[in-house]
Amino acid sequence: MRRATVLGSRPDMRDLTDRALNTANGLGAGYADVRIVRRREESIAIKSGRLEGVASGETEGFGVRVLVDGAWGFASSHHLDLGEADRVAALAVRIARASATALRTPVALDDRPPAQGRFETPVQEDPFTIPIERKIGHLMEADRAAGAVRGISFTESSYGAQREEKTFAASDGSYTEQAITHVGAAVEANAIDGDEHQRRSYPDAGGGWAAAGYEYIRGLNLAGNAERYADEAVQLLTAPQCPSGSKTIVLDPSQLYMQVHESCGHPTELDRVYGTEASYAGTSFLTTDKLDEGFRYGSDLVTIVADATAPLGMGTFGWDDEGVAAQSVPLIQNGILAGYLTSRETAPRIGRASGGAMRADGWNRIPLIRMTNINLLPVDGMSLDDIVADTDDGLYLDTNRSWSIDDRRLNFQFATEIAYEIKGGRRGRMFKNPTYTGITYEFWRSCDAVGDASSYVMLGTPNCGKGEPSQGAHVGHGVSGARFRNVQVGVGKW
Amino acid sequence: MVRQADQSDALSIAEAVLARALGAGATEAEVLVMSDDQALTRFANSEIHQNVAETSVSVNLRFVLGRRIATASTGRIDEAGLAAVVHRASAIARTCEELADWAGLPEPDPAGPSSGLAAAYAASTADATPELRAEGARAVIAAADDQGVLAYGSFSTGREAIAVANSKGIRSYEERTAAQLLTVHMSPDGGTGYAERAATDVTNIDPEGIGREAAARAKATDNAISMPAGEYPVVLEPYAVVDILDMLGYVGFSGLAVEEGRSFSEPGRRVGSDLVTIIDDGANTSGLPMTFDYEGVRKERVVLIENGVCRDVVYDAQTAARAGRRSTGHGLPAPNSYGPFPLNMVMSHGSTPREELIAGIDRGLLVTRFHYTNPVHPKLAIITGMTRDGTFLIENGEIVAPVRNLRFTQSYLDALAGVSAVGRELRTLRGSFGAVVVPALRIDAWSFTGTTEH
Repeated sequence: MRRATVLGSRPDMRDLTDRALNTANGLGAGYADVRIVRRREESIAIKSGRLEGVASGETEGFGVRVLVDGAWGFASSHHLDLGEADRVAALAVRIARASATALRTPVALDDRPPAQGRFETPVQEDPFTIPIERKIGHLMEADRAAGAVRGISFTESSYGAQREEKTFAASDGSYTEQAITHVGAAVEANAIDGDEHQRRSYPDAGGGWAAAGYEYIRGLNLAGNAERYADEAVQLLTAPQCPSGSKTIVLDPSQLYMQVHESCGHPTELDRVYGTEASYAGTSFLTTDKLDEGFRYGSDLVTIVADATAPLGMGTFGWDDEGVAAQSVPLIQNGILAGYLTSRETAPRIGRASGGAMRADGWNRIPLIRMTNINLLPVDGMSLDDIVADTDDGLYLDTNRSWSIDDRRLNFQFATEIAYEIKGGRRGRMFKNPTYTGITYEFWRSCDAVGDASSYVMLGTPNCGKGEPSQGAHVGHGVSGARFRNVQVGVGKW
Repeated sequence: MVRQADQSDALSIAEAVLARALGAGATEAEVLVMSDDQALTRFANSEIHQNVAETSVSVNLRFVLGRRIATASTGRIDEAGLAAVVHRASAIARTCEELADWAGLPEPDPAGPSSGLAAAYAASTADATPELRAEGARAVIAAADDQGVLAYGSFSTGREAIAVANSKGIRSYEERTAAQLLTVHMSPDGGTGYAERAATDVTNIDPEGIGREAAARAKATDNAISMPAGEYPVVLEPYAVVDILDMLGYVGFSGLAVEEGRSFSEPGRRVGSDLVTIIDDGANTSGLPMTFDYEGVRKERVVLIENGVCRDVVYDAQTAARAGRRSTGHGLPAPNSYGPFPLNMVMSHGSTPREELIAGIDRGLLVTRFHYTNPVHPKLAIITGMTRDGTFLIENGEIVAPVRNLRFTQSYLDALAGVSAVGRELRTLRGSFGAVVVPALRIDAWSFTGTTEH
């Protein structure tokens, strides 16, 4: 057991990666990689006009991943030190040898050219150099605007920024450096009357997040939108219950991105397909025979890509955490299954090279197959407004409130914060507590309209969970809104 | 037994940072140091495919300047890192707005410093090796092989030293260990079965037994039949009951949830049948004990629901002050806009053997486990989720067939009200937010609202 004592000075990063790789290779690793990650975070939390928390955090450390006789081992430490690099690399090799005692198929990685270079998120206004009091002021203004609405019980507003500086080196000669910056903010207004609790969130439940600088936060105009959303939260208290039945629904981007996340992003993770997440998040109905047979996932309008190069997307990077260059991978092409999210280990099993989807949550976690930016591409022809105008009788569902899907990603159920009635092509009165449910491929096959580029927006979530030990990921979703027919709306008893 | 060497290390760092903060002008300060050695061996398709270890430390400083409060944290414990964390916290505190109702950091326990429960620590877990975890994985896999199924699971062992020092005089230190082994066994004919144990002492975990339990369940769920959605009486295995406590903790058992009007909990309100008693008890040695919270405050035993009636909720220092109460020792690391949380919930056992729980149902379902649950209506505790890894049809008091998984949309409060029998055995399991000790339950009505294909 290592003791938590105050440590001395730190080595050069290249010296540390060389040392870890040399030690691992010297002890028998056939392949090794090392990541040094420094993460800086800042957050502000306001509740009902009270500054609940301002936090600044930084972590750093390194992780060594090795393959010994086809078995994986990984060890990590917060202590950036050459001697510690030896210890951690040796521990990774020892762990790999323990893995080898329960190994049935040795791991084989695909070939890729050694990765070299540097990537940085484009940032106009560095969020970490803007004075904290200014950022608090912007958020407080929005929070108080929401809280000033009569009938609001409490408000919650948040801001967050994260910068990850990452050095990757592998025994094949790869060496990359990346600086990835994400920011996000939200204002939420809550109205409570008896057992009824209604919430409206701007720009999204959990916040609007992007790979960008503080210019993205300014662009959200939190203060300018807070009152409108708070008004809706209060109105929802007395709104009618959302009607039940088989309905036509139009999903706003603020809900559609979660639908894509749960019912398209996760099922196309090839590690889930192969069962390696079965003990926690589950598997996938999307077995690889479906790729061969050209499985119809959705209607012809449904084209989905995993694009790690998309502007603003939180799944955008230069290289994944195996040193595979960022790229755009087709997942569903005009409704037909076209590919998966893959790694160097899994892609060869379907005869392909890695699509570059291996991402780790910091220095102390191994990379797993994760979503990058899973985007439902816009379709020329109808704007989102046109789709509403083209709908005689339906519901417009806005802003995700809850989500759930089975362990093979088939049966899903979502709730949104609000529904608006659509009658005769016009958006009308609001309904509270909307829910809808379905089976993944049946739902996507019922898609008969996808919005054009005029409403296309990059959204995402900063808390996609996966793996043991647990890992969170920041992932992006580009969506424009879409319409679905014959969807079961209204689930359970109220 | 508490290791004095680590106590001096973690506490000495906490005290050194505390001194620096006070030297930088803090009127109050609190330092939380967590030092971890964690390892996890993961297996799938009956082979080890991921195998990891981590050594980490974090220093979390709450810096108070009058009524201005800032928090800074670092994973760097060299001189520059510790100096920087104080500098960052101090700089923020000097510029941020005042918190008008700041009640101050918690005071020390009159009974003296919290120095840790011996039961929270087991050397066997702290010293667990990759070879020991691999041996456990192989035992689980062997049990799967015996039944012709495949094993997917994880075996984790970890040790954490935690120290809290604040300017009011709190000095709390504890070493904690935890081990967990879980597995999903999957049969070629579609069956799946789950089993799990958690313990402070890894030697109390029986990998072979866990493997056998999951394998038997997987074989028993082969070739499952479809059942229509609808309302059925259920028996929930302890693995499923964990989710009820997790979710009620999440939506209602916190002083902040009560303060904000989003909790169901009101003292004296009946929400469950007489058979339902839920407490939070950090000293319960059958769980994963914790002596104090992340503010260094000694954990009190809090009765959340007693014989079906709401009694109390948990508090941290700030929510307690606003409620005119004393902290119950349920604070999370600062900054915490989420509020206090019960991390050591225990549901009282009953007297009913498992077979009699099942025997009491004419036509209903036995549910092993829930999956991906989420609140649909938090104040009514309406939750949706799926069944997973072992769902069975009960007819005339006997299990007669495996059933494909079902979606439910169910108020967990209504579920507590419908508890008609409680199992006599308790299981220690890991919930989403802490350790949970739970029995099996029989519930008169459970609302299943959808079906799936497996």
